Amino acid sequence: MPTLVSHPDEVKVISRRFGQGAADIDKYIELDGYKAVQKAIAEGPDWIINTMKASGLRGRGGAGFPTGMKWSFVPKQSEKPKYVLVNGDESEPGTCKDHVIFLHDPHAVIEGTMIAGLAIGSKMGFIYLRGEYRYLLKIMEKAVADAYAKGFLGKNIFGSGLDFDIVTQSGAGAYEVGEESALMESLEGKRGVPRIKPPFPAVVGLYGGPTVINNAETIASAPHILLMGGEEYAKIGSERNGGTRLFGISGHVERPGVYELPMGYNLKKAIYDVAGGIKDGKKLKAVVPGGSSCPVLLPEEIDVGLDFDQMAKAGTMLGSGGIVVLDETVSIVEFALRTISFYQHESCGWCIPCREGTDWIKKTLTRVYNGGGSKKDVANVQYLAENMMGRTFCPLGDAAAMPTLGFVKKFRKEFEDYIEGHKAGTPIITVEQLVGAH
Amino acid sequence: MPDVTFTVDGKQLTAPAGTLLIDACKAAGIEVPAFCYYPGLSLQAACRMCVVRIEKMPKLQTACTTPVAEGMVVQTETPEIAQARKATLQLLLGNHPLDCPVCDAGGECELQDMTFKYGAGESLYAEAKNHREEQKWSPVVYFDRPRCILCYRCVRMCGEGMDVFALGIQNRGSSAVIAPNIPAQQSPDNLAHLDCEQCGMCIDACPVGALTSGTYRYKTRPWEMNHVATICTHCGDGCKTTLGVRSTSDGAEIVRGDNRDKSGINGDFLCNKGRYAFDFANSQDRITAPLVRQSDGSLKQVSWEEAFAHAGKKLRELRDARGGKSIGVIGGNRLTNEEAYLLQKFARTVLGTNNIDHHRTADYVTFAQVLAGQQGRTASWRDTQTYPAVLVVGGDPTNQAPGTAWNLRSDVRLNKARLYIANTDEIKLRRQAKAFLKLAPFGYGFFASYLAGDSSSASNASSDTSALDGFRDAVKAEEKLLILIGSELRGADLKRLIEFGLTIPGAKFALLSDYVNSRGAADMGLLPDMLPGYVPVANPGSFAEHNVPSEPGLDMLEIFEAAGRGDLSALYVVNSNPVARYNIDPAALKDTFVVVQEMFMTETAQIADVIFPAANLYEKGGSVTNSYGDLQLVQKAGDRAGVRTDFEMIVRVADKMGADVRALVPFGKGLRADMGQTRGAQSGEADRHAVWLTANNLEPKLSPFDPWAILDEIQRLVPGYNVLRLQLLSGNDQHLEPSAAAAANPNRRDLVLPSGDNLFTSGTLGRFSPMLNDVQQYQGNEPLIQIHTAAE
Repeated sequence: MPTLVSHPDEVKVISRRFGQGAADIDKYIELDGYKAVQKAIAEGPDWIINTMKASGLRGRGGAGFPTGMKWSFVPKQSEKPKYVLVNGDESEPGTCKDHVIFLHDPHAVIEGTMIAGLAIGSKMGFIYLRGEYRYLLKIMEKAVADAYAKGFLGKNIFGSGLDFDIVTQSGAGAYEVGEESALMESLEGKRGVPRIKPPFPAVVGLYGGPTVINNAETIASAPHILLMGGEEYAKIGSERNGGTRLFGISGHVERPGVYELPMGYNLKKAIYDVAGGIKDGKKLKAVVPGGSSCPVLLPEEIDVGLDFDQMAKAGTMLGSGGIVVLDETVSIVEFALRTISFYQHESCGWCIPCREGTDWIKKTLTRVYNGGGSKKDVANVQYLAENMMGRTFCPLGDAAAMPTLGFVKKFRKEFEDYIEGHKAGTPIITVEQLVGAH
Repeated sequence: MPDVTFTVDGKQLTAPAGTLLIDACKAAGIEVPAFCYYPGLSLQAACRMCVVRIEKMPKLQTACTTPVAEGMVVQTETPEIAQARKATLQLLLGNHPLDCPVCDAGGECELQDMTFKYGAGESLYAEAKNHREEQKWSPVVYFDRPRCILCYRCVRMCGEGMDVFALGIQNRGSSAVIAPNIPAQQSPDNLAHLDCEQCGMCIDACPVGALTSGTYRYKTRPWEMNHVATICTHCGDGCKTTLGVRSTSDGAEIVRGDNRDKSGINGDFLCNKGRYAFDFANSQDRITAPLVRQSDGSLKQVSWEEAFAHAGKKLRELRDARGGKSIGVIGGNRLTNEEAYLLQKFARTVLGTNNIDHHRTADYVTFAQVLAGQQGRTASWRDTQTYPAVLVVGGDPTNQAPGTAWNLRSDVRLNKARLYIANTDEIKLRRQAKAFLKLAPFGYGFFASYLAGDSSSASNASSDTSALDGFRDAVKAEEKLLILIGSELRGADLKRLIEFGLTIPGAKFALLSDYVNSRGAADMGLLPDMLPGYVPVANPGSFAEHNVPSEPGLDMLEIFEAAGRGDLSALYVVNSNPVARYNIDPAALKDTFVVVQEMFMTETAQIADVIFPAANLYEKGGSVTNSYGDLQLVQKAGDRAGVRTDFEMIVRVADKMGADVRALVPFGKGLRADMGQTRGAQSGEADRHAVWLTANNLEPKLSPFDPWAILDEIQRLVPGYNVLRLQLLSGNDQHLEPSAAAAANPNRRDLVLPSGDNLFTSGTLGRFSPMLNDVQQYQGNEPLIQIHTAAE
């Protein structure tokens, strides 16, 4: 089990039970576990949704959609069964926050799923973990089995007369399936490609039924919110960004790890105070603030609050909370290539701009990286990325284009110097020519 | 849905709410390009070519997934949109081989068209293109992966349209590839293959040259062909097929069949036979010169003049010596209506006999008689596309009438039609059925009785008696019901079923037969007891002017029985192979003078005394009537030196018998005289005819070989056939209502013999189609196909 990190500035809400053995159901119960769901049963769906709305909780997957509002979109009456879906397909490079939840507090996910189910009138929840999290799936499966053994799941939960079942499912290793409708396709046993929207999942989701799909962290926050109250939770965060969030700080920092910080916490402080500053006293070169799809920030741009609105104002995104810190030794050309290689590999291939665009950007950057580039290539990469932006079927295309645009715009000179032979930075990892399946 | 009003490119448009923007634009004449969008198939939004700018939307939107809304303001062509489309094309062309000069699709390629329009002319990339070798998936389907743009039309066409699901997508991202259902790893030859119905719909749907036809690829370019829209000669659906024709040293060769313009009754659809099985016409086995049997028993090639003179003289002698009743005439199911009409008229007025029959594949006599006097009770083929409920009793449309099956599947998929199927076999179409009732062997008659109210028939109708009541009640509860009847139901059974159906006020009927003009052959009176239009010979009505014999003649089997007794002096066979079909001992005909008009040396031709080399349906003009009674025009596409149309040959023989040709064919009086069109401008035949006409003191431009002259007479005399000539000439189908005049002899035999054809056979004709033979052999390749089945 990785070592847990901590810092005095942290506000421990969701990470409250981390490191205390809460994967064990008795320990979880001892730490106020399964109280929130009983309160939810007692207070009823409207109270749950109002509390969630008051909490200002916004989707922790990266899009930041208000959770209470999302739950309220599900029609009260439905001919088809309603479902709760937990998106644990945490695949954004630099992101490792759901990982620690599954590891340290799996019952919070179960309890949150039940709460969402109560809120929308669903009897069935699915917890979907990325294929690479099979070892965490075992923990989740045990937690679900324990909850059934205690009678918390199944028929007549907590004597309420309501039923609720949970099924766990592992993906097969596709980033694309983190997109909510692709996840549903995958869960239904089909190719993991996104669906056309509208209709949105709240109306037509899994197996055609109304579905709430939330990120695992969002779901795991719900029990805490119900216990502490929506307003209390909202107060912790910044304006229109309620509560706390798990930030995974990685890269060239002294103390990398997952920290729970209030929404709106300053990014610069997060890097220099919380994570202990740049490793080995080197100079900061760039920060990827919220997972690899977020446009890169220069050192002079990081004095900004970590919430959805402030980050958008800074021209980037809060994203999935995976902060990647790059020091002066990093070659941006290489970093850009590694980034696009990921998206090229993970593009589902459904639509042309993403399928072909990621491929050509990768091919071009590979050639540049190997010393065969020309200035025209930089312009070409920018052209490709610009023409992918907003044109693809799902956000994966944007996720590939945004960081690429960030790199070529903010580090254009480095690209040009690299092409002319003045290579900046020293490669830290050898990039192999990725041989795809083709 | 109420209409909504919206603005596209400054034009105010109105369309029903819920209409997709791309369709609304198309209806208004505004082209929004798209690769992946295909009407009637599920939406993809994958190609991103149909992006448009909608006011108040932050990003460009795909017109293929956006329903029109009140007050919507749309721009479909702006510099921003053009740039988006250009960028998409640049991405596609990055790996595209740009082998347009050798690609089958060159000249009719949507990617090519779009590239011309949006000008993605220069490549942005220095990398080598991904290349993969072409793959032969089946004898008729080839795949060139580098050309594929992954629009998934083929995948959806195969799955949603055909209910075959033989194509899918493998891998992801830039490695994604269309793959057939027998993967290379499972195949004995380590190559990927297709186990499917081989319809080729994927090829038609492909917007580029990724999927190409095994019979057409690399043969020619689209602009080097004439494209002739005519009717497929194979099954009774009567689909339109557009034949690509190219001149050769001995005529005009058909090199392609497809349905890309979708202008026919069949909409999008064309099956394996309609698409590829024209190749019998190009067969080297065709007879291309008249043959006359010599006294030593050998067949000798003679001139046309000699052959006509010989046949005419001999038939005249036999008629005069032994009487018309000693002569039998057998017509075909692939003649035009005009030829079938002319043949029966020739038999009855020149040979003086009612001994006329054809290979009957459905009991149209009973059908016409039960529905006599009813208005609007017969179904057009078009009804199968739209009717809210359909009952199919008997038959196997997937194999025997693939177009009907396509329509029914589409009707269920797109209109949520309720399909009820009762069959002795578990036919594939049951997969679309709301209810499927398995009938007991030979249970059709009992089922008809059961429906008609005889509950004692239940146990003989189906072993699943518990399902019978529910099935019947569901069917009876329908207000608008289409009843499609297989050829298994005949005579009294057919009558009972139709009479039951008539109790449902909105019911319509169709009787399915097996060949392109089986219905026409019956309608045109190739029957011993019926004149055209099911007019009994004993009571000829308007046909009295022809002075036909009033006694019913011999039917098919009686003709051969007469031959066996030595009572048949002559047999005249046009486009039929009764010797093989009815398993006739050739010795029975040893004393009979046999004249055969035929394309191939069939079992029947082999015993003939005179063989006239005949043109096929793709080499002549005229009209045909499909199973449903929809009349359509056929046009001359191919041509083969040394053959003539059955029409011309009948007239010439009649002439040589001394008959009054002008009485047989009232030519020169119609609305349109033949000026060579029916024989095709490229044929050169017009000149040859002109020589003969001039030699006989006839006006060259008013020919006795003009099918239109006979059509005039058909329109005038045959009940139900008074069609609008202009509609026919425009290539439109016209539905005909049968109107039998009087009851038939209750003791008449229906003599229905289903062809038993499947997707890859087509009667005698199928034997001479190399493609059908290849595909049959391929689909029968057990190691290959069984492995796939085992893997399922």
